[in-house]
Amino acid sequence: MSSLSEQMEHTFRLRNLKSYCMLAMIVLAFVVSALPLFAVFAHIIKLGFSALNFDFFTKLPAPVGESGGGLANALLGTAILVGIASVIGIPWGVSIGIYLSEYGKSKTASVVRFCVDMLVSIPSIVVGLFIYELIVIPMKGFSANAGGVALSILMIPTIARTTEEILKLIPAHVREAGLGLGIPRWKVTLFIIVRGSLMPISTGVILAISRVAGETAPLLFTALSSRFWFDGFNKPIASLSVQIFNYAISPFEDWQSQAWGGALLLVLFVFVVNLSVRILLLRTNTSKGKQI
Amino acid sequence: MRPLLDVQNLSAWFGKQQALKNISLGVNPNSVTAIIGPSGCGKSTFIRCLNRLHEEIAGAFLQGNAWLEEENILSAQVDPVSLRRKIGMVFQRPNPFPSMSIYDNVASGLTLSGIKRKSVLNEVVEKNLKLAALWDEVKDKLSQAGSSLSGGQQQRLCIARALAIGPKVLLMDEPTSALDPISTAKIEELINELKQEVTIVIVTHNMQQAARISDKTAFFLLGDLVEFAPTSELFTSPKDERTERYITGRFG
Ligand SMILES: Nc1ncnc2c1ncn2[C@@H]1O[C@H](COP(=O)(O)OP(=O)(O)OP(=O)(O)O)[C@@H](O)[C@H]1O
Ligand SMILES: [Mg+2]
Repeated sequence: MSSLSEQMEHTFRLRNLKSYCMLAMIVLAFVVSALPLFAVFAHIIKLGFSALNFDFFTKLPAPVGESGGGLANALLGTAILVGIASVIGIPWGVSIGIYLSEYGKSKTASVVRFCVDMLVSIPSIVVGLFIYELIVIPMKGFSANAGGVALSILMIPTIARTTEEILKLIPAHVREAGLGLGIPRWKVTLFIIVRGSLMPISTGVILAISRVAGETAPLLFTALSSRFWFDGFNKPIASLSVQIFNYAISPFEDWQSQAWGGALLLVLFVFVVNLSVRILLLRTNTSKGKQI
Repeated sequence: MRPLLDVQNLSAWFGKQQALKNISLGVNPNSVTAIIGPSGCGKSTFIRCLNRLHEEIAGAFLQGNAWLEEENILSAQVDPVSLRRKIGMVFQRPNPFPSMSIYDNVASGLTLSGIKRKSVLNEVVEKNLKLAALWDEVKDKLSQAGSSLSGGQQQRLCIARALAIGPKVLLMDEPTSALDPISTAKIEELINELKQEVTIVIVTHNMQQAARISDKTAFFLLGDLVEFAPTSELFTSPKDERTERYITGRFG
């Protein structure tokens, strides 16, 4: 009898030991995976925070040699570029996503799906080169439009695939219920299926936007950069990411510091967007929890 | 009595596989017709032929006639979209439209075909939620999401939604199989009352349910209609040996 309880005691101790080991490993895994993020964050904040003053948000870059000035034109430029990209990329991407989920069984659809998947993994600099050939050379100049189009091409595949995945979550019998009410299929698709998924689709769209907002490579030979305010859609335009690039490789300490400021701003933007999307999704998921 | 819905020699296929073989069956107005039979015998296929949802599946097709009053609803000339306004359907799983309010769910059949008059919609929503015995439970929260209701309430919402376009026939495919006993009892009671308004064809796996709510019962087996008779007759003195084996639970 006593030997049995002794043995049990022994097993328990062994289990406890194992459990502690696992816990230690999990903590280690967390630290290892989170460390790079925190290191980057800490470094950027340390170097960039001091650059974020009132001038940074309101002034044009100072001429070479002078200190001070800001990145206001670049902030505005990024907003404009992302705006152009959204106007093209959102309707296009969402349409492809709808097509893939609602009519996705045909041969054509699988070809489209393959192309979209390819597009996801094409390096962004290649997209920039492509637009350079397609728009910049024929139009004889770098322009906001060319930059926006390049960014839109980067947005389309992500938006298309997230839209497709989101719409596929809706069971087939919901579509049949719509058809069963004597509603034509296109109306069922647009006004029941897509409209019912606007919330999660828009979170996918927002993530795609935050992704392209920091893109640099495709802008280098499409939108180029500018030291002045926005001057028309067919003129070169400043952007935060390219400005960071230019300032970071410059020899001036003041510019380098502003580059860190811009980097901090970009990271903060991505961070806030990701966080709010997550919170939003969490909310909609819990309110949908009751659906059978 | 002349049947409201008269199905003649209906056969249906999924590609090469035949799922229904030469079914003929008449449904009387303001009656409840139950379809019973083992899994895979073609019950769902049968009612999905009647509102032409069958042909929405790739490779599926059908043959035969079905007269709804003077119209052959299976003929190629009939537009399935407008037919479905006369023959509504309730599904096995409650399926309120995603992120649509209770009110919008019931009104959807009308709003999506262009009826926007608020007074008309209000009236239709109230009337059909009452018909579906859901009004008292939801009248104070019509703008809440349909998916926020319980499973049984969702199913009654779907019934209200189907009734709102004023169909002559209501098809129900195992409408209570995903529900608890109390919700099931409520829906059975509801079916009994709805008979005044519509003619009901209901698929069920539950023979007690068929016996409780239906006037006539059809027993399907492997795509064949084995027996079709008044419910009490079919359950007490089945003519076919296979029917008897099925209803007494002695089936392979
Ligand atoms: N989408 C489909 N594609 C191919 N075959 C199908 C499809 N749906 C049903 N079938 C086949 O048609 C036959 C009849 O199916 P049906 O769904 O009508 O059966 P059921 O009587 O409703 O069964 P259950 O009681 O399980 O719902 C089955 O053999 C099934 O395999
Ligand atoms: Mg079935």
